[in-house]
Amino acid sequence: MAFDLTEEQDAIRAGVADLCKGFDGEYWRQLDRDQAYPEAFVSALTEGGWLGALVPEEYGGGGLTLADGSLILEEINHQGCNAGACHAQMYTMGTVLKHGSAAQKDRYLPAIASGALRLQAFGVTEPDAGSNTLALRTRADRQADGTWLVNGQKIWTSRFAHSDLMLLLARTGTPGEGQKRWWGLSTFLVDLREAGATIEARPIRTMMNHATVELFINDLVLPADALVGEEGLGFRYILDGMNAERILIAAECVGDGRWFVEKASAYATQREVFGRPIGANQGVQFPIARAHAAVEAADLMRRKAAALFDAGQPCGPEANMAKLLASEASWQAANACLDTHGGFGFAEEYDVERKFRETRLYMTAPVNNNLILAYLGQNVLDMPRSY
Amino acid sequence: MKIAICVKEVPDPTAEKRIDPGTNRLVRTGENTLNPYDRHAIEEAVRIKESGVETEISIVLVGPASAARTVDKALAQGGDRSVHLADDGLADSDILATSRALAALLERDAYDLVLFGQQASDAECYVMAAAVAERLDRPCVSQAASLTLDGSTLRVKRQVETGYDTVEMPLPAVVSVSDAINEPRYPSLPAIMGAKRKPHEVLSLADAGIDPDTVGGAGSRTTVRGLSKPAGRGASVRIEDDGTAAEKILAFLVENKVVV
Repeated sequence: MAFDLTEEQDAIRAGVADLCKGFDGEYWRQLDRDQAYPEAFVSALTEGGWLGALVPEEYGGGGLTLADGSLILEEINHQGCNAGACHAQMYTMGTVLKHGSAAQKDRYLPAIASGALRLQAFGVTEPDAGSNTLALRTRADRQADGTWLVNGQKIWTSRFAHSDLMLLLARTGTPGEGQKRWWGLSTFLVDLREAGATIEARPIRTMMNHATVELFINDLVLPADALVGEEGLGFRYILDGMNAERILIAAECVGDGRWFVEKASAYATQREVFGRPIGANQGVQFPIARAHAAVEAADLMRRKAAALFDAGQPCGPEANMAKLLASEASWQAANACLDTHGGFGFAEEYDVERKFRETRLYMTAPVNNNLILAYLGQNVLDMPRSY
Repeated sequence: MKIAICVKEVPDPTAEKRIDPGTNRLVRTGENTLNPYDRHAIEEAVRIKESGVETEISIVLVGPASAARTVDKALAQGGDRSVHLADDGLADSDILATSRALAALLERDAYDLVLFGQQASDAECYVMAAAVAERLDRPCVSQAASLTLDGSTLRVKRQVETGYDTVEMPLPAVVSVSDAINEPRYPSLPAIMGAKRKPHEVLSLADAGIDPDTVGGAGSRTTVRGLSKPAGRGASVRIEDDGTAAEKILAFLVENKVVV
């Protein structure tokens, strides 16, 4: 495994960094105040082809590997920006790419690659299901004419208002005898532009600027060809896409972690109290150094996971460990940075408190770190099921 | 139409500049990148091309082999091909020597228009375009705020202290563009990934037919004997305008006998 970035990777990172420099702290602070979507930033990324990076070249995308694509999200967060507003446009299409029909791929992937269509909403979680995805209650029933009638409720559907398409997981059947317990869920591609009043979205205000909603789906009719892949296999498809998602989220955490460490070490070196830089005190310096070590270690796991993914090898343990370690490392770095800045860390203009709130999300979403531990304990270490 | 953009690799402009006390030269061992002012020149060439004029944009760079990444950055910005003079014999070249090398590269092809950024962010000299134009014996305009092509005539609106000059010149010509001429676009992912696949010509001094004694330290006529920081500003008075700023400024000037 090579540790240096290739020239292409270096160029990708520099290209993203250049773009991000046009969206400084004040841009993000204003959005944060208004709880507004970073439309100009997302448009710039879209126009530059960055969000279509993982779509194969034959469909007009960048054709990047996951290792290369993850650098884009890492660098966005490293530059003080927030990839959470748009990262799903990069990877949600993976389900269509891997399991969709040729007609679905031809119809949607080029438009997703160009940004003409935004597929960055993912309707999975429900108020009464949480991480227990198999307990979800949203139903899609096949009608006599082949269409699907959908009813149910979703929650934490991020970027819904900024998406043209939504990938939806709904129950279409129950497992019969001899069938796996996960059978019976199916994935659908919902064209939100045609859904009208059958989907009601209620925004949820959160502690950071994150566009998310609760959805009420009432008699939504989907055409027969909205089904992605085989009926009943939706849960497997969602799991398939999770490794990529974990690795990309880990990359964002690494980017955040580096931002915090750089910000903290610069401030600790420049800020003088009692006649010397505060960074000359071990109580200030060591937490930053420790956070740096944690971020770099997490980055290695993320890169290993990405290398395995790109080689088509199993990477579930590594992808999950990368997300676990990287989210913990970025949170460690966030706390070191806030502590280093003292009272100024709480002042909006330093951006520390904003990034602090943003990076905390990664320990909870898109998967809670406790579930990763449960997965590692049960599936990697063969211990009894803990939940 | 053939356009050449002369670009330079510079230390990252966001990093603090350091001078090596032993050599009195700028330390270039840190992160290096494309001179940000050159991006405006590339963008202007791309706009000419996008206006429908059949155009080939060549990126021309004099610099070490490690500047290949900067060449790729310039190509991603919109260049079609590159000419990179990379030779250890170029080290320590001053403006005269570098302009000689650039002119030699530019003479190898029949460029209609040679564009420069207004300055390099490291040395801040502003004069390379004029030096190269002199060597090529071509008309030159600096601080171009807009370019308009009319056949083989170029109309340049030039930014001056009192407003604008409009200058017409026949092609071939050399122009340095102001950083107000346009807002350079961000290179797209496909452009970045495609940069490597564009034609790259890497030349040594011998390849370019340049006498090693005319460039590098041997071909330079300037020596940096010493460096000192500019004198700091004296005590200053800050006046916020609360409606009485004019009176306060006048009082200050009278008190200091600037006006009586």
